[in-house]
Amino acid sequence: MTTYAPTKPWQPTKVDIGKNVLGLLIALVVSFVVVQLTPMKGKLAYAGVLFISATVIQVGMKWISRGRMAAIDGLASSIAFTGSVIVFLPVVSILYTTISKGVKGLHWTLFTDSMENSSYLDPIGMGGILHAIVGTMYMIIIASVISVPLSILTALYLTEIKGKAAGFIQFLVQAMSGVPSVVAGIFIYAALLLNTSFRGSGITGALPLAILMIPTVTRTAQEVLLLIPNDLREAGQALGATQWKTVITIVVPAARSGLVTAVILGVARIAGETAPLLFTIGGSDKVNWNPFNGPQSALPYYVWKGLISGTPEAVQRSWTAILVLLMIVLFFFSIARYFSRQRMK
Amino acid sequence: MSFSSLAILTLIGSFLMLRGFQTFQSEGLHFITGFEWTSTVNDGVETSTFGLGSMLIGTLLISGTALVIGVPLSVLTALYLNFYAPMQIRKFMVTILDLMAAFPSILYGLWGYFILMPMAEYWAKLLYKYLGWIPAFSVPQPAFTRSPFVAGLVLAIMIIPIITSVSREVFSQTPLDRIQAAYALGATKWKMIKTVVLPFGSGGVVGGAMLGLGRAMGETVAVYMVLNIAFSANLKVLYGVGGNVASMIVSRWGESTLLESKALLAAGFVLFMMTLAVNFLANFIVKRAIKSGK
Repeated sequence: MTTYAPTKPWQPTKVDIGKNVLGLLIALVVSFVVVQLTPMKGKLAYAGVLFISATVIQVGMKWISRGRMAAIDGLASSIAFTGSVIVFLPVVSILYTTISKGVKGLHWTLFTDSMENSSYLDPIGMGGILHAIVGTMYMIIIASVISVPLSILTALYLTEIKGKAAGFIQFLVQAMSGVPSVVAGIFIYAALLLNTSFRGSGITGALPLAILMIPTVTRTAQEVLLLIPNDLREAGQALGATQWKTVITIVVPAARSGLVTAVILGVARIAGETAPLLFTIGGSDKVNWNPFNGPQSALPYYVWKGLISGTPEAVQRSWTAILVLLMIVLFFFSIARYFSRQRMK
Repeated sequence: MSFSSLAILTLIGSFLMLRGFQTFQSEGLHFITGFEWTSTVNDGVETSTFGLGSMLIGTLLISGTALVIGVPLSVLTALYLNFYAPMQIRKFMVTILDLMAAFPSILYGLWGYFILMPMAEYWAKLLYKYLGWIPAFSVPQPAFTRSPFVAGLVLAIMIIPIITSVSREVFSQTPLDRIQAAYALGATKWKMIKTVVLPFGSGGVVGGAMLGLGRAMGETVAVYMVLNIAFSANLKVLYGVGGNVASMIVSRWGESTLLESKALLAAGFVLFMMTLAVNFLANFIVKRAIKSGK
C-alpha cells in the first residue's frame, strides 16, 4: 500500500530557494562592483546599493514569473522588512557599545567603594559606585512605596468600581503619562526646595520619580485587571460578598502576578531617569544611608557627572556605570517578562 | 485615592505658574515670542530679557525631524510585525521594542553622542552635498556637529517603540471580515493593506505620532548630550545650532540667578502646557480610532 505524503504547494520549492539565493549573490556582486567603480564608498554605500539591487532582482524575478501585482506585493513586503531591520539595528549597536565599552572599567572595588576619596579624573582602578547603587536602591524603594498604593487603587477604581468619575480619571492618568521628566523635577524643586530650608536629599529625589511611575503602573495594572474573567467576580457576589470583599479576596489575588509585573515595569521606567534628579537629589560622592537627610547620589546622576567632566577617565566611568544601570534595568525587565508569561499560561 | 492624579497635575501646573509668575508678569507675551535670553549682573543690578522663542522653534524643529524619520519606520515595522512576520520573529521584535522603551534616556544620549554622531555627521554632509539646494538642508557655515538633525535622529529612535505599539494596536483592530473580503476579491497582501488596513488605521497612526511628539518635546538628557544649545532661531536642520526647552532648562540651571531660575520654572510651565495639550489631543484621536473598529 502506498501512502501519499501531503504536498504543500504554497511552500517554496528547492528551485525557488535556489533562485532566491542566486539573486542575492548577484546583488552582492553588483553592489561590490558598483561601489568599486563609482566614487561612492563606505559601509553606507554598500548597504544602500545592496538593498536596491537585491530588491530590484527580487521584484524583477517575481514580475517575470507572476506578473505586476505580485511584483508590487513583493516590493511592499521587502520595504516593510527593511523598515523593521532599521529599527532593530540601533538596539544591537546600543547593547554592543555599552557592553564592550563598559566592561573595560569593571574592577573589584567598583561595588565596594564610593568616590569619597577619589575624583573622576583618577585612574579607573580607584573609587567605585557603591554610593550611586545605594542611592538608586533608595530611589526605587521610596518611589515604589509612594506610587504603588496610589496606582493600584486608581486601577481598581477604574476597572472594578467604575465610578462616575472613571472616564475623567482615565483621561488624567493618560495626561500624567505625558508629563516630561524634567517638568516633574522642577516641580518638586519649585514646591519644596526653592526658598525653603530643605536641601536635595534621597526623598526629594524620589518624589518626581514617583510622579513618573504612577501612570505606568496604573495603566499596566488596569490591563491586568481587565484580563480577570468576570465569572470570578460574579461568583464572589453570588456567595454574598460585598464588592469590596470580592475585590480584596478574589480579584486582587487572581491578578497578583500581573500586578507585580506592573510594579516592576514601573521600576524599570524610573531606574534610569536622569533629568529630574539633577534638580532634586543634591548629588553626593559619599555613601549616604539616610534618605531623609543629606545629599544623595544615583547611577544616572553618576553617569551624568562623568559625562560633564568629559575627560577619558570620567567618560570611561560613565560607560561602566551605565552598563551596571542597564543590567539593573534588564534584570527588572526580564522578571516582568517572566511574570507576565506565567500569567498567560 | 484615584484623584491623586488630578491633585498632582493641578499641583504641578499651579506651582510652576506661581513660581514663574514674576517672569510672566515682567516679560508678558514677549516670553513666548522673544528670541533673546540674557541675564547679567552689574553692580548688584540684574538686567535680563527672557524670550523663549528660539527654544520653542528648536523644540518643534527637532521633534518634527524625529517624526519625519520615526513615523514611516514605525508604520513599516508595525505592518511587518502584524502582517508579514512569522510568529517567532514577531515575539522577538515585540520584546526588542519593549526593551527600547525601557532603555534609560541617558543611554540614548551617550550612544547618540559617541556612536551615532560621527555617522550622522557623514550622512548630514551627504544630504548637504546632494540636496543642499533645498532651503531646509542648506547651512550658513559647514558646521554639521551637534545639529538638530542628530538630535532628531536620536529622538526618532526613542519614539519608535511608542508609535509602533500604538500603530500595531490600531492595525490589529481592523475588522477581519473586511480583510477577508479584500482577499476574496483577489487582492494581494499589499493591496489588502493599502485598501483596508491603512485607511482604517490612519487615525490611530496620527494619534500615535502625536503621542511620540509629546514624548519628543519633553525629552531632556538625550537632547542635551547631542545638541549644541544656543539662543538663535535656527531652522536649518543640518546646521549645528539648536535648542529645546527641556534641555535648555538643564543647561541654564547650574549658573542661574534666582531671577533666571524663576524664568526657567516659567519655561517649564510652558513646556508642561504644550505636552499636556499634545497628549490630550493624541489620546482623543487614538481612542476614537480604536473605538471605530468595535
